[in-house]
Amino acid sequence: MQGKAWKFKDHVDTDLIIPARYLNTHDPLELAKHCMEDADPSFAGKVSKGDIIVAGENFGCGSSREHAPVAIKAAGVSAVVAKSFARIFFRNAINIGLPIVELSATDEINEGDILDIDVENGSLKNVTAGKNYKIEPFPAFMKNIINKGGLVNYVKSKR
Amino acid sequence: MSQTITEKILAAHCGKKEVHPGEFIEADVDIVLGNDITAPPAIKEFEKFGIKKVFNKDRIMLVPDHFTPNKDIKSAQQVKEMREFTKKYGITHFFELGCMGVEHALLPEQGLVYPGQLIIGADSHTCTYGALGAFSTGVGSTDMAAGMATGKVWLKVPEQMKFVFKGKFNKWVSGKDLMLYLIGKIGVDGARYRTLEITGPAIDKLSMDSRLSMANMAIEAGGKNGIFIPDEKTKQYVESAWKSHKDTKHGKALYYSSDADAQYMSVTEYDCAEIEPQVAFPHLPENTKPISKVGKVKIDQSFIGSCTNGRIEDLRIAAKVLKGKKRHSDVRLIVIPATQEIWQQANDEGLFDIFMKAGAAISTPTCGPCLGGHMGILAEGERAVATSNRNFVGRMGHPKSEVYLSNAAIAAASAVAGQLASPEDL
Repeated sequence: MQGKAWKFKDHVDTDLIIPARYLNTHDPLELAKHCMEDADPSFAGKVSKGDIIVAGENFGCGSSREHAPVAIKAAGVSAVVAKSFARIFFRNAINIGLPIVELSATDEINEGDILDIDVENGSLKNVTAGKNYKIEPFPAFMKNIINKGGLVNYVKSKR
Repeated sequence: MSQTITEKILAAHCGKKEVHPGEFIEADVDIVLGNDITAPPAIKEFEKFGIKKVFNKDRIMLVPDHFTPNKDIKSAQQVKEMREFTKKYGITHFFELGCMGVEHALLPEQGLVYPGQLIIGADSHTCTYGALGAFSTGVGSTDMAAGMATGKVWLKVPEQMKFVFKGKFNKWVSGKDLMLYLIGKIGVDGARYRTLEITGPAIDKLSMDSRLSMANMAIEAGGKNGIFIPDEKTKQYVESAWKSHKDTKHGKALYYSSDADAQYMSVTEYDCAEIEPQVAFPHLPENTKPISKVGKVKIDQSFIGSCTNGRIEDLRIAAKVLKGKKRHSDVRLIVIPATQEIWQQANDEGLFDIFMKAGAAISTPTCGPCLGGHMGILAEGERAVATSNRNFVGRMGHPKSEVYLSNAAIAAASAVAGQLASPEDL
């Protein structure tokens, strides 16, 4: 997947990703309209399909609301790259099939850089800066869920 | 091999003798929980399984507490989806308005969660039940759906951190302050993916209400679970809950403890003598200051309630501070007992009389203002002191409002003073 980077800071919490005032619905397209609103009110209007969110430590901390990765996915974001992820956000992303990548060198990525991510082969290329990074593959257990297209399909395949 | 309480509970729920940090397991769950925000999408996912039955109709807890009594049409629609699901699948525990409460105060009180269980909840503060010596963790709606369908959850066994509290408590200090202090020390991701096992002679002296408020905030340090070794107090709490809720169906409580030589990635000791009442400044729970160092911070609202500090102990403390006093004319004081039973008890004990004379607004149980839902939203530039658990940007309203987290004594005293204050300052 290839897309333009949008930069965010450390500890982007789920209230910034999708404020609770919009949680009276779980319609992905409605949620997408307010994606990242309290971190950057203009984000939903300017993000393009395939773009990539790049952040610091502890992305998605706070609430368990799956509405957060759902809003990001429905806004057209193809992947989230962060130094680290909060654990509930991490498992929600795996479960709903939003690609996430842990990368310690996110400070080297600038807003607007074109990134090319190959999850299968574990590589991230900053096309703009001409830099390549190796990304840690997911453990086999999680890969299995991802490859099945999320938790529901994974569970169904086992029944 | 020696194991911690967390490892023992996880092993017992996946049919193994022992488990190790980093290992992936598929564990049996005892309880699956959801609320009016997280259950509706879980129900939608559940229907995709195309099955006729939930794994166990007595072990699914549906608590509409976030936007109830419904604040708008869309919220009403979400609870309607929960009601329809409840009827369709014969769910035993759906808590309708009038018998409900904020989920993490409600389930322990009702005797529905107890020691030795493995609990998942589509709410990040599900970690609260660790106070009872259960393994309890927050998950998302898809996990909730899979849990309702299969009675199972996938988990990575967390690394184990131990925190030992010693020494005497300072005046007006409650469990909330110990936890804010801990989070201030290790940071909001200091326990990311990990267990916080909270123990020590000071914890032994702590009430169950205070322990519940501490376990509640394990997630605020990034933790997977917070856990307390169950003791005689735990046993009394659980048995009294069962006694007063005779209809509650329950299994056997299992009182695990950690082996003396169990392995931890870190063991940290804190001396309670060093811990004053704490206030977490915007916009992260780790931005803590002792009350003596907060300076002059004027407030517009004081909120006493939530799954962290809306229990009877908190209301009694608030009443003790507010007795014979009045809120500052510039401050709205909102008191929300966390459950119907707490509400009833506070009423019986005459606490409402004190709150009313102090100029407080008392609400029926709801999560309400804690997450900026309703019942006390902040305008641009406003500041609130709140006994809840999060002070993120926009948490209680406008993105340019501010939330200061404290215990009930500080929230009550601040309402009187019109600025952050200790009861000693009044």
